[in-house]
This record gives sequence, structure tokens and C-alpha cells, in this order.
Amino acid sequence: MQWEVVIGLEIHVQLSTNSKIFSGASTAFGASPNSQACAIDIGLPGVLPVVNKEVFKKAVAFGLGVGAEIALKSVFDRKNYFYPDLPKGYQITQLDYPIVIGGEVEITLSDATKKTIHITRAHLEEDAGKSLHEDFHGMTGIDLNRAGTPLLEIVSEPDMRSAEEAVAYARYIRQLVCYLDVSDGDMSQGSLRCDANVSIRPMGETTMGTRTETKNVNSFKFLERAINHEIERQIGVLESGGTVHQETMLYDPVRDETRPMRSKETATDYRYFPEPDLLPVEIDAAYVADIRNNLPELPKQRALRFITEMHLSETDAMILTSSRSVAEYFERVSEICDDPRLANNWVRVELMGQLNKEGLEIKQSPVVPQQLGDLLIRIKDDTISGKIAKTVFDAIWQGGGTADQIIEARGLKQVTDASSIEPVIDEIFANNPQQLQQLKAGKEKVLGFFVGQVMKATQGKANPKQVNDLIRQKIK
Amino acid sequence: MAMHNNTIVELLAALKSGEFSSKELTRHYIERIKVLDSLYNAFITPLEEQALQAAEQADADRARGKELPLGGIPIAHKDIFCTRGIKSTCGSRMLDNFISPYDATVVENLTAAGAILIGKTNMDEFAMGSSSETSFYGPVKNPWDLERVPGGSSGGSATAVAARMCAGATGTDTGGSIRQPASLCGISGLKPTYGRVSRWGMVAFASSLDQAGPMTQTAADAALMLNAMAGHDAKDSTSITDPVPDYSARLNDKICGIKLGLCKEYFEDGLDANVQQCVMDAVLVLEKMGARISEVSLPNTRQSVPAYYVIAPAECSANLARYDGVRFGHRCENPVDLGDLYRRSRSEGFGAEVKRRIMIGTFALSAGYYDAYYRKAQQIRRLIKNDFVNVFEEVDMIIGPIAPSTAFRLGEKIGDPVTMYLQDIFTIASNLAGLPAASFPAGFVDGLPIGIQVIGNYLDEASILQLGHQFQLQTDWHKRTPASAEL
Repeated sequence: MQWEVVIGLEIHVQLSTNSKIFSGASTAFGASPNSQACAIDIGLPGVLPVVNKEVFKKAVAFGLGVGAEIALKSVFDRKNYFYPDLPKGYQITQLDYPIVIGGEVEITLSDATKKTIHITRAHLEEDAGKSLHEDFHGMTGIDLNRAGTPLLEIVSEPDMRSAEEAVAYARYIRQLVCYLDVSDGDMSQGSLRCDANVSIRPMGETTMGTRTETKNVNSFKFLERAINHEIERQIGVLESGGTVHQETMLYDPVRDETRPMRSKETATDYRYFPEPDLLPVEIDAAYVADIRNNLPELPKQRALRFITEMHLSETDAMILTSSRSVAEYFERVSEICDDPRLANNWVRVELMGQLNKEGLEIKQSPVVPQQLGDLLIRIKDDTISGKIAKTVFDAIWQGGGTADQIIEARGLKQVTDASSIEPVIDEIFANNPQQLQQLKAGKEKVLGFFVGQVMKATQGKANPKQVNDLIRQKIK
Repeated sequence: MAMHNNTIVELLAALKSGEFSSKELTRHYIERIKVLDSLYNAFITPLEEQALQAAEQADADRARGKELPLGGIPIAHKDIFCTRGIKSTCGSRMLDNFISPYDATVVENLTAAGAILIGKTNMDEFAMGSSSETSFYGPVKNPWDLERVPGGSSGGSATAVAARMCAGATGTDTGGSIRQPASLCGISGLKPTYGRVSRWGMVAFASSLDQAGPMTQTAADAALMLNAMAGHDAKDSTSITDPVPDYSARLNDKICGIKLGLCKEYFEDGLDANVQQCVMDAVLVLEKMGARISEVSLPNTRQSVPAYYVIAPAECSANLARYDGVRFGHRCENPVDLGDLYRRSRSEGFGAEVKRRIMIGTFALSAGYYDAYYRKAQQIRRLIKNDFVNVFEEVDMIIGPIAPSTAFRLGEKIGDPVTMYLQDIFTIASNLAGLPAASFPAGFVDGLPIGIQVIGNYLDEASILQLGHQFQLQTDWHKRTPASAEL
């Protein structure tokens, strides 16, 4: 049978605030256990939450970034359940009145087709702590550093029809939250985690199949695998006459499989009710407008500008806008050398290639935009050839100074004086009479040989185009 | 007159004139606690050395010319308030081992005003009760009759003030827990407007109802304490930002022409005839003083108890979830697994009344029951608020009884929760509406004190205290002391 896959994602994004959502404790990653949990985070008797205003700025920025409605009044609720890493016995979240309502994003698939994914809502909530089951024999360690970390839970409509679409959507959300400085999007540190709701139904069927929820997937690769496994598992169950149960699954990357987590999970009654310790949060249109006015250019708009104003290809524009820091780097270089296409080549190929090789982020690049821009200026004004430029680039990378310093110090300046190149050509003609004859007989291939020889003899400093012209003149 | 019978106002004058020192006064109260509290069990943690040190400091400050609004006045805190370095039990086995690492804002504010902390008072466990019998530390006895309850949940504070073991005390009031024990012990007690006093560091029972207030001999003393306690606190999001007036400023203004409403629903049924007579006598006094009395109606009064006993337990069921044996508080011996840790720690740590309310609240919030209970209760709450809004268009304050009867016998109602809950029938509505309300001594029935209730408009504590003070200038009920407290 032909099955149709239906996927909805809940993405938990950790907001990049300095302090927690309801306390002043730090949110920095990697501190020793329980060193960043204050009285509020551990739920001491008598403590009260006070909402961090910064989280609203970020949530609103996200909402505007996906064209959502911003709720001018939102309400926090208590979600009650017992777990040792949930200090208060309830999580403060937003149930009926989330801050972000609706919205949509357009994703691009590998075959260049585009698809719109709708967002149901996004709400603010606090993270729980961490249970460490491995490190303590027969016991569980509790680290509450993460407890109270601000999260924005972004809930999509069940609009995705394949793992590829789900990953493309998740990637887009990650790109967007990074662009908007809503989150650092660092999945390895748990700053972005996905829950995938997956169901299948016979192709053409309009009612939904029973869905399962695969929780806490923290890489795109795992997300793709987890979804595909779940699809296969559900097809297997249905085709052998079984029933899919609504349950919570866990993706195990080691065994590469999904399996049921806690069967009780779905039966849990969270007994939500409005959080009496916090008043409804009201914001006004001016507040939203202010955030809208300070919103950075979004990746889509930026890519479009690169295509229309800088005449880059769509692929190049997509790559250059993949992150805000890459786009900013590129724009700076392009501005300095006043040549977007040259800047595009160098940033995309040379710079990003080298960064990838060394596993560096663009922010960590040893070559800063000013240095690369200056180098490209020297290509444009024919001071050096593109080939020599690569040598100079490597030298800058190694900390050898500015392009001009390196060109000067190493004598890499292109030789453009015909009178100093001509004797070299003559000498090479003399040493290679056979090839010269072939050249004169019209064998074009041999031209390359001579140009190569001249370049070699001038240690690459001659301008290949000029050498080419000079040879042609001589054999005329 | 013995030192301890002085009001805070009088004590401040005596300290200022050098009649006695704060250290002498504090030592005097400590001696009284040592001798008397074996009768009452009003204190869970009496403090001695620390109190004397603080008193010495207060004397030194005064000698240097530093005048604080409550400089050198010994007071007690209900054990619901977190006090740094001091056991803060909330009357529960669950927190028997809990030494707070921080001070509640109320504690901080009163300390900053110069008050000397002389001890932590006994209370119903987690403030759940109307008799101070549900405490893990045993019941508190009413100083007017040791066979009877002092009311609750702030029964320890009420008794400590009534038996003159401290000059004033803090209490908290979720459904009447300041006013009812004040009435039953013959002292003055004020529950301010919800949000007027910070809840930071006050162990939560029902967050949308809990409010701290002063318990004192007189209205004038309550004004002094409230001056120190009230104010916006950035650590409590529900705390009110309006500036705090000087609650003492208007005490001496006459109440001539003031409009008082007698709520007819408070006199319909369940009210003891003698108590009703006391209230009506008090009303006559007020009328003679020039107050204009009229009958008003709060038609949804009857709904207040059922609405309260949904909302308060619902909030408590979540507020008390943190007591799980994991991070602090009681933890059972040798738990075999997580479920066992939870079950036994909570079964052992909580008393019967607390468990009952957690279960009621959990039920009321459960899927399928939420609309019928919690949502309905919130709707009733809105109706009750509207009742008050309407009445306050006609009158300045509402006068009525505090409790249906005088102090009842120990053990008399503890086995019958519903009868116990009806103790709060006249007090609960002002918590649901968030309005300020007080109890002032208004007479005696068979040797047992009785208070009248004054409910004021939003943030109008000053008028309540003014009325209380003017009434106390005409009466002497608040000056009477129980025989058991004579040494």
C-alpha cells in the first residue's frame, strides 16, 4: 500500500539570555553541577518567580520573523508532574494564551521545490534540570543548572510529509533563531531540541493516523533517522495488521532505533492551571513595533538582495546567508573590494573551505574581512594573479600580516612590464624548438605549454593573459 | 503598669524616654515565654541569645541617636516566614529540619525597622486549619481558656500577643487566618489588600489568597507594624506598586459621617446569638460616634466557602509538590526507588489536613473535573468581587462578625472538616476579593473574647485602622488580659 507520512515538529529553542527565565541565576553552559541553581531554581519554600523581560523580546522577535500574530496578553500556567529534576513539581509554561500565535515559513527542498510550513504557536516556558543516571551506581544525580533556563517551544502544524521536509524545516528554524539572536542554536549543548510527531495514513485518506512523539532529538542527522525509523516501524505495524499506539518514543542513536519511552507518559494528567505567582503579561503595540523596527534582515530577504543586487546565483546566495555571521562577513568583504562576485568566490570557496578543513566557525577565522577584502583589491588591480593570491591568503591565515606586507616582503608583485617578459619567452622558444614549430603550425595546445613554462620561469609573477598575448604576437 | 501590658506605641515612648531599655524589655518577654509558654505552646522556636544581642544593638543605636520606627520592639514571626539561619517549619514535620538560607521580605522589612525577633510561632500545618491544632508541634491553647483553641492558622501569634509574650507578631491570612485567631484571642489583626505585603519568603499555601499582616494589641500598633511590612517588592510579581501611605497619619481623625454597611448575609444563619449581640453592641458604639449605618447585601457570600475550598486546595496541591524528599525537608529512610521516596517522604512529612487538601486540589484540577470545579470556582470568585465593588459604591466599610462563635474546645471540630471550614464563612470572601479586612476586640461572651470584622475597600487599610483606633478610644476590650497570663 502507498502510505502518506504526516509529521509535525515541536522545537524547543533555548533563548540566549544571560539569566534564567524566572531567576537571576546564570544560564552559561558547562558549569559544575548545581553551581548555577539559586533558591528560586531549586524551589525553596517561599520563593517566587519574576519573569525575565528579555525572554519576551526574543519571543516577539521570533514571532515577527515568521509573520505570526503577537499576543498582547499572554498568561503563564503551571504544568504539574513529579520528577526529581523538576524542582517545584510543576513547570511554568503557557497553555491557553501563548505569546506567539500562527506564522509560517517557506522551506526549500533538495530538488529546489519550495513548501510552506505553518506554525501553530510558540510559547515561553522554563526548562527542567538534568537527571544523571550513569554516573552514580544505583542512584540518580540531579543537576539543576539547566532548571529555569528560558525556552521557546515552537509548535508546527502537521504539514511535513517526509523526514527531509522535517529536517529542512528544523534547519530553517535554527537559521532563523540564530539570525534573530533569539538563540545560539547550538544543538550539541541542547540549545535546540526537536520532538517529532509522526503518523502515517493510506495515501488519499484525509483523517489522521495515530501519532507517536519521538522526544528530545538533538541533531538533524538523528532527526532524519529517527523519523525514518518511526515511519518504517509504523508501516511494519500496520501492514502486519497491528495498531499504532499513541505513545512517547525515544530515539537511541547508538542502536539507531526508536522505542517506547514511558508508556505512562500519555496517561499523565498535567492538571494545568494559571500560575498565580505571575500576573498576565501585557505588552503594547509600540513595544512590538519597536522590536519590529530593530529586527535584523532575515535570511530570505538577504538572499534575495544578494541575487537581485549583487547578481549572485541562488545557490551562492543560500550558502552565504546560511548564517548571519557568514552573510555579514561576505558583505563586508564585498564592500571593501567592491566586487560581490569575487568576494563570493573567495568567501564561499577559499575561506569556507579552509574553515571547514580546520573545523572553525567563521567568527573564529584568523583572516578577518578587512584582510580578505584588501587581498581581493590586489587581484582586481592586477598586482597579483589569482593563483598568487592563494599563496598570499595562506600567509595571512598563518598570521604573516596584511596582503600588501606579504606581497612586498616576498616579492610577489605581478610582472607586467613586457620588456622583462619578452627575453624569458625568447629563451624558452630557443630551448624548445620542436614545440615552437608545432605552435607555428597552428597547434593551439602547445600555447598552454609555453605559457606554463613562462609562468614557471617567472615564479608565477607574470600575468598569464599578458604572456599569452605576447607569445601570439611573437609567432605572428 | 507591667512592661508587657504596654502597647507598641507606649513601649516606643518608654524606650525613648529611657524608662527601660530594649534589652530589659526583651529579657522580660523571654522570661514570660519561658514561664508561660508551657501552658500555651505558642512558640515553635523561642529565641534568646540572638534576641538579646539584637536588643543590645538597638539600645546602642538609640543611644547614638538612631531612631527607628520599631527600634527595640520585640516581636514574633509566624513560622511560615523564612528566617535566615533559623528553623522555619511552617508547623510541619516536612520542614522540621529546614533552616532557611534567606529572610522573607516581611522579616527583612521589620528587622530594618528595628524590631527584635523574639521567636517563631506555632501554627496550623502549612497554615491549613482554623484552630492551630494541625501543627506537627502540637496544638496551641487559648490563653482565655486553656481547654479551647486560639483559632488558626496564626494561633501561635495570636496567643503570643494576647498573653503578652511579645509586643506584636506577624500572621498570614489565606481565608481568615489572622482575623479569626485575633477575634478568638481578643487582639487586633489586619489582613491587608492582596499584594500590599510581599509574599517573598512566606511559605506558599494558596498563592492567589495568601497575605501577611500584623497582629497586635491595638489598631495603632497594627498601623506601626504595617508601615514597616507594606511596600512593593520586585521579588514578588503580584506585589502592588502603589506608594505606601503612613497608616498612623489618620488614626486620630474622627469617624463622624463615615458610612458603614452591615452585610445582611452575615447575620442570616449559623451565627451564635451572643456573638451577634456583641457585634450589634459594637455597631451601636460606632453609631454613637457618628458613623452612618446601613444594611448592605453581598448576595454570593454563601458561595464563598465552596469556591475557596476548590481554589485554595488547587493552588496548595501544586505549591506543596516541591516537598518531595529530594532537595530539602523530610526524606524517608532508605527509599528503594523514586516512587517509594515520594510516597513515604510525603506520607510521613505531611499531616492529615494537608493531605486532605492536596487530594481535594488534585481532584479539582484533574482532566474532566477542571471546568466543574476550578473554573466554576473562579467564576464565583469574580461574582464575589463584583458584590464588593457594588457595595463599596454605597458605603466606606463593611462591618460584621469574624467567626460564627467564640473559641471552641480543643478536639471539638478537628474530626469534622466541614464544620471547621465553616469557621471561615465570614472571612473568606475578602480573601477571594483581595480586600483588606481586620478584626478588633468587641466584647466577651462567657469570658471568651469576640471580635468585629471591618472590611475596607481596595488599598484602604488606613480607614480600617482609623475606625479601629477610634473604636478603641471608646472601648477597653483590647486592654483586657487573660488571667492565665498573670505571673
